[in-house]
Amino acid sequence: MTWVLENLDLIWALSLEHIRQSLIAIVLSFLIAIPLGAVAWRFRLVRGPLLTITGLLYTLPSLALLVLLPTALGISLLSELNLIIALVLYGVALMVRAVAEGLDSVDPDARLAAVAMGYGSARRFVRVDLPLAGPVILAGLRVTSVSTIALATVGILVGTTNLGYLFTNGYGRRIIEEILSGIVAVALIAVVVDVLLVVLGRIALPWTRRAPVRPVVVAGGAA
Amino acid sequence: MNLIADALAWIFSGNPGGGLASIPVALGQHLAFAFIAVVIAALIAVPAGWAIGHTGRGRDIAVAISGAARAIPSFGLLLLLVLLLGVLHKPEAAIVTFVLLAIPSLLAGAYTGLEAIDRATIDAARAVGMTPWQVLWRVEVPLGLPLLLGGFRAATLQVVATVTIAAYTNLGGLGQYIITGLPLRRFDMVLGGALLVAVLALVLDAVFALLIAFALPRGVRAASRRPDRSTRRRGVAPAAA
Repeated sequence: MTWVLENLDLIWALSLEHIRQSLIAIVLSFLIAIPLGAVAWRFRLVRGPLLTITGLLYTLPSLALLVLLPTALGISLLSELNLIIALVLYGVALMVRAVAEGLDSVDPDARLAAVAMGYGSARRFVRVDLPLAGPVILAGLRVTSVSTIALATVGILVGTTNLGYLFTNGYGRRIIEEILSGIVAVALIAVVVDVLLVVLGRIALPWTRRAPVRPVVVAGGAA
Repeated sequence: MNLIADALAWIFSGNPGGGLASIPVALGQHLAFAFIAVVIAALIAVPAGWAIGHTGRGRDIAVAISGAARAIPSFGLLLLLVLLLGVLHKPEAAIVTFVLLAIPSLLAGAYTGLEAIDRATIDAARAVGMTPWQVLWRVEVPLGLPLLLGGFRAATLQVVATVTIAAYTNLGGLGQYIITGLPLRRFDMVLGGALLVAVLALVLDAVFALLIAFALPRGVRAASRRPDRSTRRRGVAPAAA
């Protein structure tokens, strides 16, 4: 415990960096996946190729993606942008499927009722389809946020400092406590963000409070 | 695209340089670690998953394990175990990490495969006099095979990705070209290594896609190819009655 107590400032500063990087990636994945998922759900011809491409992206090992991305996009390998783009790509790969499946789960009768009440297609999507798909999208968002927060640590290998620093620095200096505190901090952040998402979900989707949706077990890949 | 050309030239040069293992040796190490880890994980997770799927008990525990495992950063776990078990036992520490990472996907694949089976099919198997073991081996396991293979696919890809990162501990594998090349600014080597890793992952993914396509029992494949007929028949039945 002595190492942890002596380095609380460092752990705290790295945690804030880690939270900032992860939250940017999670929010961007969510915002990008909603329209993409809607397109995949609305146009059957697009759905197959889109889910295949995002699925293939998800198969790429993180370290390889972090090296290939800068080459493809012409950005610096060592920049934080590189890590965030990689995390967003993985996040979108998980979320697009969740959004499409969430929209699948909407009762067609509810949709017809909205049309009958005079909702235009854009307003119906925002006011009826999206909220009713909410529970499934939320389950996908929870999986995305937890895996993004854990995965972000790999950024230290390409020069982006976050809680991953405690792993490489602790390994180099052979301080078991340092590595362990990094793992605990990452897991704690993941749990806190997950709880926040559940609370936000209860506020945004009040009708689900009675029957909680079980978290979907997505058999997922990339580490 | 100069960079890509340099990377390809490096791959086909036959000598990685920097005193590193040749590409075939590194590929062999990579595959060996992944294979051993997935096999050990399967020996633990598949029977457990089948027990959960067959009895319906312990599902919540399995879901909790899969959820919690996702929050653990694999890179940190690996470095922690290498330090805990001692640097002399590095391969063992790495294998333990990979096994722990592979278990949740395999567990989920095994029990969801059994859970997804139509209850009527299992009732029918019982009704024709099958014992619980026969129901498991001759009905549940074959029908659950595609989802189980999906679990193997996810577990394998995750382990392959983590073996890449494990090169940080001088474990070998294809990741060593990336990890060693970065501080040396040998970008041909870094990019070449990344291309090799990416191709390996995509090839393994394709192999599993093929396996899953062939694993579906013949009867089920025939039925799923003609969905219209079965639904039509189901639709007609109540009207006739």
